[in-house]
Amino acid sequence: MATSSAPGQNGSAYPITDHTFDVVVIGAGGAGLRATVGCSQAGLRTACISKVFPTRSHTVAAQGGISAALGNMGRDDWRWHMYDTVKGSDWLGDQDAIEYLCRNAPEAVYELEHWGVPFSRTEEGKIYQRPFGGMTTEFGKGTAQRTCAAADRTGHAILHTLYGQALRNKTEFFIEYFAIDLIMDSEGRCVGVICIKMDDGSIHRFRSALTILATGGYGRAYFSATSAHTCTGDGNAMVLRAGLPLQDMEFVQFHPTGIYGSGCLITEGARGEGGYVTNGNGERFMERYAPSAKDLASRDVVSRAMTIEIREGRGVGRNKDHIYLHLDHLDPKILHERLPGISESARIFAGVDVTKEPIPVIPTVHYNMGGIPTNYHGEVLTKKDGNADSVVPGLMALGEAACVSIHGANRLGSNSLIDLVVFGRAAGLRARELVTPGQKQPELPANSAEMSLSRLDKYRWAKGSTPTATLRAKMQATMQSNCAVFRTGEILEEGSQAIHDVWKAMPDIKISDRSLIWNSDLIETMEFDNLLIQAVVTMDSALNRQESRGAHAREDFPNRDDKEWMKHTLAWADEAKGKIDIDYRPVHTYTMTDEIEYIEPKARVY
Amino acid sequence: MTMVELLLPKNSRPTEGKVWPKPAGANNLREFRIYRWDPDDESNPRIDTYFVDMDDCGPMVLDATLWIKNNIDPTLTFRRSCREGICGSCAMNIDGTNTLACTKALDEVKGVVKIYPLPHMPVVKDLVPDLTQFYAQHASIEPWLKTDTPQPEAEWKQSPEDRSKLDGLYECILCACCSTSCPSYWWNGDRYLGPAALLQAYRWLIDSRDEATGERLDNLEDPFRLYRCHTIMNCAKACPKGLNPAKAIAEIKNMMITRQL
Repeated sequence: MATSSAPGQNGSAYPITDHTFDVVVIGAGGAGLRATVGCSQAGLRTACISKVFPTRSHTVAAQGGISAALGNMGRDDWRWHMYDTVKGSDWLGDQDAIEYLCRNAPEAVYELEHWGVPFSRTEEGKIYQRPFGGMTTEFGKGTAQRTCAAADRTGHAILHTLYGQALRNKTEFFIEYFAIDLIMDSEGRCVGVICIKMDDGSIHRFRSALTILATGGYGRAYFSATSAHTCTGDGNAMVLRAGLPLQDMEFVQFHPTGIYGSGCLITEGARGEGGYVTNGNGERFMERYAPSAKDLASRDVVSRAMTIEIREGRGVGRNKDHIYLHLDHLDPKILHERLPGISESARIFAGVDVTKEPIPVIPTVHYNMGGIPTNYHGEVLTKKDGNADSVVPGLMALGEAACVSIHGANRLGSNSLIDLVVFGRAAGLRARELVTPGQKQPELPANSAEMSLSRLDKYRWAKGSTPTATLRAKMQATMQSNCAVFRTGEILEEGSQAIHDVWKAMPDIKISDRSLIWNSDLIETMEFDNLLIQAVVTMDSALNRQESRGAHAREDFPNRDDKEWMKHTLAWADEAKGKIDIDYRPVHTYTMTDEIEYIEPKARVY
Repeated sequence: MTMVELLLPKNSRPTEGKVWPKPAGANNLREFRIYRWDPDDESNPRIDTYFVDMDDCGPMVLDATLWIKNNIDPTLTFRRSCREGICGSCAMNIDGTNTLACTKALDEVKGVVKIYPLPHMPVVKDLVPDLTQFYAQHASIEPWLKTDTPQPEAEWKQSPEDRSKLDGLYECILCACCSTSCPSYWWNGDRYLGPAALLQAYRWLIDSRDEATGERLDNLEDPFRLYRCHTIMNCAKACPKGLNPAKAIAEIKNMMITRQL
C-alpha cells in the first residue's frame, strides 16, 4: 500500500492509496461472496469491495428459494430443470450456459448446506423443496418441487452463511467503499478499479490481475421496484463507460406480487405453497391464461394476466388498480412455518393478517435479465472484429449484473440464487486457471485515475439548478410509464425522447453536500448517473426489438419472431454524443455436452 | 478501567440546530427533530427541525427521512437499503427506542418525531454510527459451521425438530438495535460481546450439525464476553425482528453450567 498525490482536479487534489491484489471482487452479495471465497481458496490474494456491509446486500431480500434438481420431494433431473429454464427464457437463453447451471446446481446447494445454511427440512431430514413458477417434471408434464427453501428467508440465510465463510477464509474486505470506474489499459484489458472510501473520502486505486463485477441489478431506474435503494447497477454503468456493451437490457422482469403501495416483495413461494390471485369479481383468473400451470405460470405470464385484468376494469380496491393474493385458505401452521417473513411484511406494509385477508398486490419491477455479457466461466464478452464471443481480458461479471445468458427473456423464480452460487463458484475455478498467486502486474497507465476523479469532482461541485432527487424522479416516472409490462412503438418512442431529455439535463444537476465524509448526496448522484445511462440503454433496446419475447411484450408486435429476433441485443452508450449504438450476438443454439441435445424452440404455453 | 462518565463529554452535547422552512402549500405538516453532526467542522452536534408534508409522504419513518433528503435537505445523512426490514441498514433511535426506520410506522409515534443515531456508538456523521467493533465481535464468535466428520456427498441430515431450534436465532439481521440498547454493552462494549453476537454464538452452538460445541463454549468462558449480561432484557424489547437475545444468552450460560456437571 502506498499513498501518492493525484493530479489536481478542479483545483483540489485527491490523495490516492494504492493496493495490489491478484483478484478484486466488487460487490458482496451472493455472487460476490461466493467468488471471493473461491478465489481465496485458490490461494489468490483477493479483495472484496462493497458499498454496503456484506449482509446488507440485496441477496438478503431473496425469499422463496434456490432451485436445484435434488429430487428430495419426488423424482427430479437436471435435464428437466434445463428444459424449464430454456422455456422460461423464451429461447433467448444460451443453452450451453443453462446446461452448466442446471448440472452444477445440486453440488452448489449441497456446498451451501455444508457451510451451514439453515434450510427447512423434510421429515427425513433432507432439504425441503417447494413448487415454483415454471418448474416442471418430465419436460413440462408434472409440477416439480425443486426450489430449496429456508422458510421464506432463503436469501438471508444464504448471504449470512456466505459472509461467515468469507470470514473463515480471512477475506480482505473493503466495506463502504464505492467503486467509481474501472481502469482499462490501451489494449482493452481491465487492470483494476478506482474507489472512494465513504467514511473519510479517500481515494483507493486497486490494481488487479482479475476484476470481478458482482454489483447486482438496476431496479431503482423505475419508480416502483422490489429492489433495494442500493440496486443501482454500478458495475453495468462502469462497463458502459469503459466502452463495452450491455446485453438484452430490454428484458426487465415484473414480479407479479409486489405489495400494492410499498412495492415490497411477496415471494412466489406463497403461490408455491398454494396461494392464488383473484380479480375484482373474486375470480381465479389465472385459469384462463395458463390452464395447466395456473398461478404457477412463469412470472411474465402472470404479470401480463394481472395487468390485463386491471386494464379491463376487473381490478380490486377503490380504484380497481390492483389484485388480491389469497393465503387465507392455507393452514395457519403452514403459514407460520414456511411463510413467516411475508406474513410479517403483509402486516407491516399492507396492514393485512394473511390468515384472514388477501394481500393487495401489483406487478412490480424485480429483476434485470440483461446485463454484462459473459460466457459460463464468468468472463466478460464483447463483439470485436466480427467475433461475438471476444473475451475482455482481466474482467468477469456475475449474478444479476451479468447476462450469461441463462435467464434469456424471462427468469424463473429461484433461478437467480442458484445463478449466484453456480457462477460465483465458476468464477473462482476460472480464476485459478487464469491467475497465478502473486503474479507480477504491469504498471498502471499514467492516467489510470483521471476518469474516475474527474467524474467524482464534477458531481462533488455540481452547481446546476436541478437537485439529484428531482431528476431521478423524472427518470423513474419515465421508465415506469413508458417501459412497463406492455409496450408499443409509440409509447417507447415517447419514452426514448423523455429519457434522452433527462440524460441531456445531467449538466444541470445540483448537489448540496460538498464534504468528503459519508457524502450520501454525492454517492446518490453517482448512483443516479449509473442508473440513468442504463435507463437510456433499456428504453432504446426496447424500442429497437420489434417482437414479443418473455418479459418484453410489444402490443404492436405480439408474436415471438425467431427468424428475425432470436439474437441478443448488444448496446453501447456514447456519453459524449448522447447516443446508444445497437448490434447483436447470436444466441448459443448448442449445449455444453452431448448428454443433452439442443432444445428446439416451440410455442410457450403454460 | 476508567471512571464511568455519566454526562456526555462537552463536545458531544447536542445544541439547538437549524429550523428548516416549512414546505410551501402543505396543510398536513409533521415536525421532526433530527440529530445532526458534521465531522468537517469543530462544532457540537445539533438538533435540526424539519417539517414534512404528510400528504406527500409514505407511512414509515424512513419515508419521512427520505422525503426530507429529497425535498428539503440533501445533506441529511443516514444508511438505508432494502426498506423492508431485512437488510438492517437503517437502525436508529426513534422516539427513544432503537429500531429500523423502514418498519417503524409514523402513526406509532406520538407528536414530534425525534430521531438520533444508535446510542453509545461513535458517530461518523448525522445518523451513521461506526459499527466496526460490533462487526468484529460478531466475527469473533466464528459464525460458520464447524464439523470433523467427513462431509456427506449430499446434505447433512437434520430433523425438522432440530431445525426448529434455529428459529428465533438465524433471522438476526445484524442491525445492532439490541446491542446498542444494552446498558451493560454501553459500559463494557469493548469486552462484553453484546446480545447480537451472543445470539449468533448460540445459533451455532445449538445447530445439530455443528461439532465444535466445546471449542465455542471455551471461546465464551470469560468474565466479560458472556457474563456481562445482567438480564436487563432491553435487547429483546428493542429487536425489530422480535427475537430474544437474552433468552439465547441464558441458554449459553445453562450450557456452561451443564458441561461442568
